[in-house]
Amino acid sequence: MALQDVCGLLEPPLFPQWTAPLSQSFMPEDSTHLFGGGIYGEAFSSWVPRRSGLNPLEFYMPISEYITKSPINFGQTPQSSNLLDVDHMHPTLPYISQSGALPFTLSHGTTTLGFAFQGGVIAAADTRSSCAGKVACPASPKVLPIHSHLVGTTSGTSADCALWKRILARELRLYQLRHRRRLSTGGAAKLLSHMLHPFKGTELCVAATLCGWDGDEDQDNEQPMTERYANTTLTSKSSSQSAASSGLSGVRGPRVVYVCSDGLRLQGALFSVGSGSPYAYSILDGGVRWGMSAQEAAAVAREAVYRATYRDAYSGNNVDLYHVTAKGWRRRERENLKEEYYREKERREQNNTGEKSIHSIK
Amino acid sequence: MFKLSEKILLLCVGEAGDTVQFAEYIQKNVQLYKMRNGYELSPAAAANFTRKNLADYLRSRTPYHVNLLLAGYDETDGPGLYYMDYLSALAKAPFAAHGYGAFLTLSILDRYYRPDLTREEAVDLLKKCLEELNKRFILNLPSFTVRLIDKDGIHDMEKLPVGRK
Repeated sequence: MALQDVCGLLEPPLFPQWTAPLSQSFMPEDSTHLFGGGIYGEAFSSWVPRRSGLNPLEFYMPISEYITKSPINFGQTPQSSNLLDVDHMHPTLPYISQSGALPFTLSHGTTTLGFAFQGGVIAAADTRSSCAGKVACPASPKVLPIHSHLVGTTSGTSADCALWKRILARELRLYQLRHRRRLSTGGAAKLLSHMLHPFKGTELCVAATLCGWDGDEDQDNEQPMTERYANTTLTSKSSSQSAASSGLSGVRGPRVVYVCSDGLRLQGALFSVGSGSPYAYSILDGGVRWGMSAQEAAAVAREAVYRATYRDAYSGNNVDLYHVTAKGWRRRERENLKEEYYREKERREQNNTGEKSIHSIK
Repeated sequence: MFKLSEKILLLCVGEAGDTVQFAEYIQKNVQLYKMRNGYELSPAAAANFTRKNLADYLRSRTPYHVNLLLAGYDETDGPGLYYMDYLSALAKAPFAAHGYGAFLTLSILDRYYRPDLTREEAVDLLKKCLEELNKRFILNLPSFTVRLIDKDGIHDMEKLPVGRK
């Protein structure tokens, strides 16, 4: 399908009217591959694929019943007869103001962070997945690479984040094939934000920090990265200043953008997301400078995640660290913070016995 | 603050993602109008277009919870300020404010506003409002972006730091 797209075998996609409200222009394609077949596949296969043109916004409109009914009943209720009655031309999401019947509590606890500095972008996260007050997985990867120069930290519902990261990776790859250049981090953030917008008001919870390096392909000479590039805001139309600066330094350099399923999209130099983020922020705010070296940056990131896991119950286990540079991302060995905890405990005890202080720190 | 055209600004506050989504949607449509027809929408037309869109979405599955101020300069009508709230009520007003700050500043504007204010007097009036916010508003808002629209377009003014006194 992607190959057909790129080779132009199909007629050029006729994008539906962007000014029309989303619900009126929903054009389904053969999307059995999207959900891996199964009952979802049956649901979609009864539709005739109208157009081959892809529009990522309308692609992912879920069937409204799937949102209101409990996911446990998916296999059991006879869906096909109901679906034919639904007006497929105007599918709309039911407006859910309170949570529907959820069979289990969703998991949101985590500590992730990302910041830019002169040597690139650091993305770090803990690895604990919690669910209903218990640790569901002590070794889950929360920093997912999206493409060679873009890495995304995930926070919120683990399943949602994993799925949307994959969808984003696919859309970015398609963009790269069609336009022969990588989409910038800001562009990827905007794409993700627009893809998540139809799900606003549902239980979808994704809070991702996209950390990437924007640059031209095949460019070996490294210009010195100015801090201003990392700090320019996305709404550069309103300020001619930032437009000029980004034009001068080119579309290159480290970039951190925060996207969440509420629809918020923020560009900045430093972000931390999750239940452990306040603890991480206090370490990062004191330690992050633009001119720091890569080792310093990695140390600060590790320390911030460690402190957050120390205080936050929903963060813990290991820390994953990714460093994105002009040459792509590099991953550090996953480190178990248990060691660090015991090392620190020893250090404290040594300090205690050395000082013979009145206050005892257990 | 979103620049709709050379002489129109849209200020948008409200729910997290809705503000940017709605404002950018309006912004792009206004620019599309200019591309298609060769001339820009007037502020009154842009305000009514925005209101219509907001009203259409209001009773849909996805209402936009945003409060807007649309400011523009028209060649024939002169400067105009349009107040719009999330229920898509539209009113042309000499001065307006949204949010909790409105409770504090509207009476100052009532007291001191005159239609024939000079530019310096208008900036002073704005500073008066910001000082009141600094004194009585519970959140500390360190600085404000100020823009001026006149017949020559949109001008950035210096950021007003609150609490200089």
